[in-house]
Amino acid sequence: MDVEAAKMIGAGIATLGMAGAALGVSNIFANFLSGALRNPSAAPSQTGNLIFGMAMTEALGIFSFLVALILLFVA
Amino acid sequence: MAGTDPIHQFVIYDLFPIHIGDEAAGTALNFSFTNSALFMVVAVVLLTGFVTLSASRGALVPSRFQLAGELMYTFVANMLRSSAGKEGMRFFPFVFSLFGFVLVANLLGMFPYFFTVTSHIIVTAALALLVISVVILYGFFRHGFKFLKLFVPAGVPAYVLPIVVPIEIISFLSRPISLSVRLFGNILAGHITLKVFSGFVVSLGALGALGWMGAVLPLIMTVAISALELLVAVVQAYVFAVLTSMYLNDAVHPSH
Repeated sequence: MDVEAAKMIGAGIATLGMAGAALGVSNIFANFLSGALRNPSAAPSQTGNLIFGMAMTEALGIFSFLVALILLFVA
Repeated sequence: MAGTDPIHQFVIYDLFPIHIGDEAAGTALNFSFTNSALFMVVAVVLLTGFVTLSASRGALVPSRFQLAGELMYTFVANMLRSSAGKEGMRFFPFVFSLFGFVLVANLLGMFPYFFTVTSHIIVTAALALLVISVVILYGFFRHGFKFLKLFVPAGVPAYVLPIVVPIEIISFLSRPISLSVRLFGNILAGHITLKVFSGFVVSLGALGALGWMGAVLPLIMTVAISALELLVAVVQAYVFAVLTSMYLNDAVHPSH
């Protein structure tokens, strides 16, 4: 197989990792919302943790995007 | 699509070439002042200027500008104190400088035609290596060899230790890697996405009047992604600082 074609296919497969990251981020927000609707007065104190958890989880999706970019533009 | 290559924005070029040594033999050291160095200098000047100017008046009832500086100070101070405790506050200038530099560098990159310093792995790796070096050196300086108790979690039976300790060491060594790649990946991915959507606007706009109507869609997408990128710029600076505080907590209080 042509090296260029293999890189393109690899980049496409690498984007599948973002599915896990999407599930993770939605998990965090879903749990935050269900907790915040039960206890609205405690919600503002936890928005810091919410944003931090979202950033950590989204980082893993970005890692998979990074692999795709490396395959396309670097290697 | 030739002119809208999304990688070209990350090219580093020399503004003032400075080569020390034998250029003809090819062994010269390259100390050139590059566009990356220029924006690092701009970030440092802006941050220092903001903090110095906001504290210059020293009024008891703060003006809006002084309030902004005080907000940033108390934000980082509360974050560091809650993560690393009272003894960790001795690292406050370090953490504040890191947070401020990453924040200003990320935000500077959001302007058109400005270079994003943190979109290169070498810059974020240097920052992460700095953090982990401070953690390791301070840990050994303060606690001696008892710092290695960090890798032996409390309440673990002795027969499991040969498995747990290497895992703990590997997870500790993966911290600078994840710290640097997280910031680098977020900023790089955001800027490439912005460039790709902007390229769509140009490509559709080249198709005439019908193309202009269609080009509104990627334009709206570009605006939305710019807003997301602004959020990511601020949040990634915050995440970098919070993780630095947590790693410093491991150096200051090395028991799990």
